[in-house]
Amino acid sequence: MQTKRMTFPGHWLPYALLAPQVIITLIFFIWPAGQAMYQSLLREDAFGLKTTFVGLENFARLFRDGAYLNSLSVTAVFAIGTTLLSMSVALLLASTVNRMIRSRSTYTTLLVWPYAIAPAIAGVLWWFIFHPSIGVIPYVLDMVGYDWNHRTSGADAMLLVVFAAAWKQISYNFLFFLAGLQSIPQSLIEAAAIDGASPFKRFWTIVFPLLTPTTFFLMVVNVVYAMFDTFGIIHATTEGGPSQATNTLVYKVYSDGFVGLNLGSSAAQSVILMAIVVALTIVQFRYIERRVNY
Amino acid sequence: MVENRPWANVFAHLMLIGGVALVVFPVYIAIVASTQAPGDLLRGSLPMWPGSHGWENYKAMWSTGLSRAGAPPAGQMLWNSFVMAMAITVGKLSISLLSAFAIVYFRFRFRMFFFWLIFITLMLPVEVRIIPTYQVVADLSMLNSFAGLSIPLIASATATFLFRQFFMTVPEEMLEAARVDGAGPLKFFKDILMPLSITNIAALFVIMFIYGWNQYLWPLLITTDPDYYTIVMGIQRMTSEENPQWHLIMAAVVLAALPPVLVILFMQRLFVKGLTETEK
Repeated sequence: MQTKRMTFPGHWLPYALLAPQVIITLIFFIWPAGQAMYQSLLREDAFGLKTTFVGLENFARLFRDGAYLNSLSVTAVFAIGTTLLSMSVALLLASTVNRMIRSRSTYTTLLVWPYAIAPAIAGVLWWFIFHPSIGVIPYVLDMVGYDWNHRTSGADAMLLVVFAAAWKQISYNFLFFLAGLQSIPQSLIEAAAIDGASPFKRFWTIVFPLLTPTTFFLMVVNVVYAMFDTFGIIHATTEGGPSQATNTLVYKVYSDGFVGLNLGSSAAQSVILMAIVVALTIVQFRYIERRVNY
Repeated sequence: MVENRPWANVFAHLMLIGGVALVVFPVYIAIVASTQAPGDLLRGSLPMWPGSHGWENYKAMWSTGLSRAGAPPAGQMLWNSFVMAMAITVGKLSISLLSAFAIVYFRFRFRMFFFWLIFITLMLPVEVRIIPTYQVVADLSMLNSFAGLSIPLIASATATFLFRQFFMTVPEEMLEAARVDGAGPLKFFKDILMPLSITNIAALFVIMFIYGWNQYLWPLLITTDPDYYTIVMGIQRMTSEENPQWHLIMAAVVLAALPPVLVILFMQRLFVKGLTETEK
């Protein structure tokens, strides 16, 4: 890694400058992460009096545990649902806004602000709209004969959290798609139009392939978002229920550790999550390196 | 666009208006609900237009809160959120600026080691290591304090990286000229580097402020004293009650969402810059 050609001399100054960040990183990141790894190898008895070293037993148990495997598939459904819904709505809106000239910035302003809303608040908003007895949408759904109840139906609860998570993420995806669309040379599209390609054909054969880098980048970001940043949505609304239908991995680390007080298992789950984050970060970085050469 | 098709433009506008409506809808419902009288929401169907009880609902929420649900007045929770968000933002920006400066402008032993140490934090969101981090904060007796709310969240690899990238683009001649004129490292940092980075700092400020304001899990864990409740987590306390007072809760929701939304609306350019740069 390079520095400047010319640098300042200094024996203690650079260490002093780095100290605040390094100390905070060590105390609040490295040490807890190490603790999580260590605890994942231990088991506490029910009263917290005795801990025994059990090796990889916590991990082995997790993968034999139906609830954990369920949580894995719940997380997969949630992440894929959120990513697809949010990205497709955002792409539709971005490509429509991109054809506007005078009204582009107005629409952009009107579409970006949900980014500012906390996941937990987004969850409460959608929980209220879908509230089985006083919500607006169940009222409408009732007229067409569908009895919405996210307190008893796992599918309804999953749809609710997907809507809330996707709604909040639309603005982010929209901004990146719009930036991607604006970097596509207009001449390519004009040439295709002269050759008689319809707007839909132009979109699928020219615009969409050229957006692939943006799309791929957003897919990774959205999966990371759905997996790790949506704790608030789940906790403020369904709390993992009904009957584990929305118990995502991150929520389960919290509920097993703080509510169930099963520290060993919770720590093992943390370690698995860390491995997933590291894998996703590597994918993201490798891809970004490639985007430079694109 | 390439062809002139009036009907296509009309259709596009309609679609965008539909999209905006979809995005605004939940918040509109919240505003409507927050202006109703206590019983109006329980009649089975929500009114579609704002009612006339807005002022009293917001006033009640702002100054008394929902004490039955253990939630302090919203005014106080908003203040707590503000203090936490500002502490996180200013903390993140200052430690990142300093460490990026050290990494770019000095050569010293273990430079790469420190660089990777900071880099790793990028991969460890607080959600995946909550319990051990909670234990550390409890051991340092920082529960129920602003220090505990903010300090564990202020190490930021993202900001350090961004500033490092930016410092690398500052021309070499700046440093050479400064050194010829006899400026030391701290003077160079203060009088040359900081003024040059001001737009980057402002853009990151917007992103970090929203990040800090929207913290949820962390305040939920480490505050048991209502004096330190932040607004985003306080709302969860209100909804988990037996008979939620939806008209007041929705007033709190609107109050909680307003500051970060205003930040985005008024600083949209900086926000977009910050967002696109932190993800590169």
